[in-house]
This record gives sequence, structure tokens and C-alpha cells, in this order.
Amino acid sequence: MTTFIKPSAVHEAQPMAPHWADVVEIVHEAEGISTYWLKFQDKNLAETYSFLPGQFNMVYIPGYGEAAISISSDAEDRTRIGHTIRFVGNVTRAVSRLKVGDAVGIRGPFGTPWPMVELEGHDITIAAGGIGLAPLRPAIYHIMNHRERYGKVHILYGARTPNDMLYPEEYALWKENDIHVATTVDRADDTWKGSVGVVPMLFYRYRMDAPKSAVLTCGPEIMIRFVIFEGLARRVPADHIYVSLERNMKCGQGSCGHCQLGPYFICKDGPVFRFDQLEDFFNVEEF
Amino acid sequence: MSQEKLEIGSTYALPKAEFDNLLARLKEKGFETLGAKVDHETLVYEPISALADLPQGYISEQKAGEFRLKKTHHKRYFDYIPGAHSWKQFLFPSRQELFTLHKNGDGWNTELPDVEQPKYAFIGVRGCELSAIQIQDGIFMREDFTDPTYAKRRQNLFILAVNCLHPAETCFCTSLKTGPKVSPGFDISLTELEDVFLLEIGSEIGRLVLQGLPLEASSAFLLQAAQKGLERAEKKIQRELDTSDLPDLMTKNLDHNHWQEIAERCLSCGNCTQVCPTCFCWDTVDTSDLLGKETKRERVWDSCFNPSYSYYAGGNTRPTISTRYRQWLTHKLGTWKEQYGTLGCVGCGRCIVWCPAGIDLTEEIPLFREEKS
Repeated sequence: MTTFIKPSAVHEAQPMAPHWADVVEIVHEAEGISTYWLKFQDKNLAETYSFLPGQFNMVYIPGYGEAAISISSDAEDRTRIGHTIRFVGNVTRAVSRLKVGDAVGIRGPFGTPWPMVELEGHDITIAAGGIGLAPLRPAIYHIMNHRERYGKVHILYGARTPNDMLYPEEYALWKENDIHVATTVDRADDTWKGSVGVVPMLFYRYRMDAPKSAVLTCGPEIMIRFVIFEGLARRVPADHIYVSLERNMKCGQGSCGHCQLGPYFICKDGPVFRFDQLEDFFNVEEF
Repeated sequence: MSQEKLEIGSTYALPKAEFDNLLARLKEKGFETLGAKVDHETLVYEPISALADLPQGYISEQKAGEFRLKKTHHKRYFDYIPGAHSWKQFLFPSRQELFTLHKNGDGWNTELPDVEQPKYAFIGVRGCELSAIQIQDGIFMREDFTDPTYAKRRQNLFILAVNCLHPAETCFCTSLKTGPKVSPGFDISLTELEDVFLLEIGSEIGRLVLQGLPLEASSAFLLQAAQKGLERAEKKIQRELDTSDLPDLMTKNLDHNHWQEIAERCLSCGNCTQVCPTCFCWDTVDTSDLLGKETKRERVWDSCFNPSYSYYAGGNTRPTISTRYRQWLTHKLGTWKEQYGTLGCVGCGRCIVWCPAGIDLTEEIPLFREEKS
């Protein structure tokens, strides 16, 4: 995790200057959430840009600023890059007004990836809440592309309501690839026949072979906290629990200071952390 | 003497009247010379062209929350202790253009600003300040991220350092081992005696600048006078910061009740971070024209005391003053060490002097050693 690989889309002369990518498709995912499919204008970059599951790009809208957005597409699909974006702040609301053909600035990819190679041979539980599924989707693609390298795989996913669930049309594909999928919502509606409750609850649905299991999680911090608790309670080693964190990020390269958590710059030393790296800080409030 | 070859590591005496020639030499070599000037009853770092621009005869009395320039009877030029300004504003400007975008159909053309960077010569860099520059070198010139402006300005930089002979009451460089004598890293270091400046050559460019000036060999008498002055200065520094249990003292006391006690006095104004010569946090700001055809993106100093500093989609990570103060101090004296190999404090005392509430970290730190309640 420590070797530095130069990100493909970062200018040498000014690392804060963006590369430009065109919006080639916009897919509505849920209320206030869409996936933006992008293609770099620079043909050479479009071919050479590569990322690892769990990494993010800084997405720039001139006049509004940049937001750190995880990449939610298949890392092996080199034709385009997908970002699933929730319209929640200044920049992402500007993103919501983009049309196909518009250009956005991109810098990246930044940050640490999910440890897909280290986890080969392991059972994997992916626990996600809300938009937290987006940074985990590349990990799911990776598992499906190399299904034989992993043991039992469970996806535990929760959203506020059935309408807020991301990528519902893909769950069948996941199941075809021998992945167990369990979903839950905070509030059901008339159509919902599944479970109601929080994501950590879904751990009670199956038995884990703890020593050979790993947990990958992303979502609201409160959910992450309880997912970690459930993992540890089942004796999953702390160094086999991986967490993707979010903070205010401006540079993506560990320079501007904003995303610090203790000694870490989340943009550079994270966003994916092994839980044993975080133990000292994770339960300190407002740190 | 002036015809002999000067040597790096050797010390020479320059009559004070010749100092302007040294400045002229620097100008000839393309340097913009910057130094301390009196302005509105404080000291600022600005362009200087002659020794007379320096605050001759001034000392600066400094206490927690207090800075007073005072004229004395003596005629020395470097007895002052710097004010709120530090050199960081020149290497890491408080506002700086990153690029400008011009609308072009559905896309944008990126225009990078002129890459020609100024060549600065800092005149009068103190030991603590030189250490601060070296700390920021590690921040802005990392293997995996180099800030182009900083790197260029730093490569161009000429440092004329000064040994501090009259430290202020707020100085505690001895605790951080950054002064009062300057450590290597300078091009020339200067010690001010009554009639002459003693100059030690620290680099090849420093040697070239001095070559040909009417220098005298430094006598044992002068060297001893300089040594005595430094010993007196060291004795004068009474303020202390015990660093023996740092950084652990910080990282193991995140839940200490003293954070709240400090927060009751702290205004969260961020002065400490702006005057701190090592604080490096920055933000980005876009300025657009009304037609949306042009956007300038700038980098500006930020502060961990700004409420917006840690604001993101999930809310504000540090919504209270106590959590922001804790972030600042645990970073400075704690986690900085793991990030950059040193503490983030050089003992200059600026955060003490320029705190409107007079919060003094050297007084607060020992309180974290007391029992938590």
C-alpha cells in the first residue's frame, strides 16, 4: 500500500490543473443520485488511464470547485469511467445540471485501493450503506471478473428506502456469479418484501469462517462503526477489516491538510484503511 | 583579503558600511532582497534595498497577546525579533493563481500562469525560521507531490541567516533545538557585533556573493564576542517546552478535559495558523466572470480553525472550538512527527504573541500531563 504509483491524470507542471473528460452517458440511479459515464478528451489518456478498485478522482466543475468522487465502474473496462454521484453539496449540485457532451475536469486516480490481490483465497463480506456501495462496486466487478480467486462472497447492502437502492438491476448478475446478496432498508414501502433494519443486522444471516474472512465496508460512519463491531465479534482479525472513509478533500495528494485523521491524510493514506491502522482514532468523537 | 579565495565554512568580518554592497551583489545576481521593515508600529518582511531599511535600534517586546516595537539607544540592525510575518508568505503565497480557464464551446481551455518565479534573497532568517523553511520543504517537495511554485522559488532562494543575540520573552527555540544559533542550510549566516558583521559562508552561492567584498579575516576576539553573545542569548531564553513525551502526550490525551478549558478562551480566529511559519493548510477558490466564460482558480491559505475546514457531505467533522484546537495542537506537536519526521513547532513563539486571547502553548502543554478529570 505504500509504493507510490503516479496517477495517470495529473499534470506534471501543475498537479492541481484538471484533465478534461466528456460526459458520454448519464444514468439515473435513485432520487438525487446519478451515474456519470466519462471519457477523457485526450485520446492517449483515455487509453492509458487506469485505476484500482476503491480509488477516487477529483471531479471539477469550473466556477464551483472540486469534489472527491470514488470511481464506481469496472477497472478492467478501459473504455470509460463511471462516477455515481449524490447531489448533496455545491459541486455535486452543479454536476446534477450537466448534460451529455459537457466537459468536466478530472484529476486522479488518488488514494489507496481495496486490497483485492492480498485477499485472494479469502471469503469476503462487502457491507455497504447508501452511496457507500459506489466505491465498492469496482471491488464487486473485480470479484466477478476473477471469481475463482475468492471464496464465499456476501454483499450486505442497505439504503434508506427501496427507491434509494443503487444498481438494483445488477443484483441478479451478482447472484449468477455465486455472490450472496442481502439487502435491507430503513423504511419500507408497499412494494418492499425484504428486510427492514440496519446493515450490521445482516451479519446474523450467515456463518462466517472468521480466520479466512475479510470485511470491506463503506457507508455512513455510524454504520461502519457497527459493521466493524460485528466483524470483530465474529473474530475477523482487525487487519482483515477494511474501511473506506470520507472527509473534506481539496488536493487529493496529501498536501492541503483538510482530510487529516490523526497522522493520516485520508486522500493519500486512505480512503481505504485496514481497521488496525485506525483503532486509536476511530472512536474519538469529532477528531 | 578581497583577492584571496573565500572558503565555505569559514567566517569573515564585513564592516557594516559595506553591507549595502552585499545587497547590491545579490541584486546583480538577480535576487530580490527581502528583509524586516518597520511598518505601522510592527515589523513586516518586504523588499529592502539598503541596510538603512532594516529596523535599526529597535527591539520588539513580545508577550502572550502582545507585540511592542521599542526604540533603544543602540545602533544595531538585527536586535529585533520578527513580527507576525514569516518567510512562508514568499515561498507559499497566501493567494496564488493555479490556472485560468477560458470557455471554448462545450469545453474549457486551461491557461497556466507564467512559470517564471521570483528569485528571492531572504535577509535576516532566524534559526527557528530556517528550520520552519526546512520543515515546509518536506511538505511541498515530497517525492509523490511537489508543489511547482514552492519548489521553483525554493530552488532559487538565497538565505542570509542571522544568529539571534536578543531573543524575546516568547522565544523557546532552545526547546526545539532550532536556535538561537542557526543550523546549516543557509548560504551566509550573520552575527552582528558592534562594528562589523561576522559572516559565515554556508554554500557556493554564498561564497560567490561575498567574493571580492572588503572582508577581513575574523579574529579570535571577534569569534569569541559572537560566541559570548550566543551564550548570553541562550541563557536569556527562559521559556521552555518539554518535548520529551511528545508526540505521545498529544495522541494519548485526545479525551483530556483540558481541551475544553482552552476552548473557553480560544476565539477560533486562526491567527496562530496564519502566523505559524510551518502551518501549510490551503484551500482552493474559483472566481468566475459574470458570463461564465472565464474562471480563475486560486490557492489560498486555510486554517483548521475555520468551521468550513472539515465540512463535507457527511457534516462537519470538527464542529466545536475544542475539537478544532485539539486538531491544531495534536497535529503540531503530535501527528506531524509521524507525517514529516519532526514536530511541527520551531519555538518561534508567534502563535503566543499573535493570539488575541493570549493562549500560550508552552503553558498549556504541561497541563495535559496532569490527571484527566
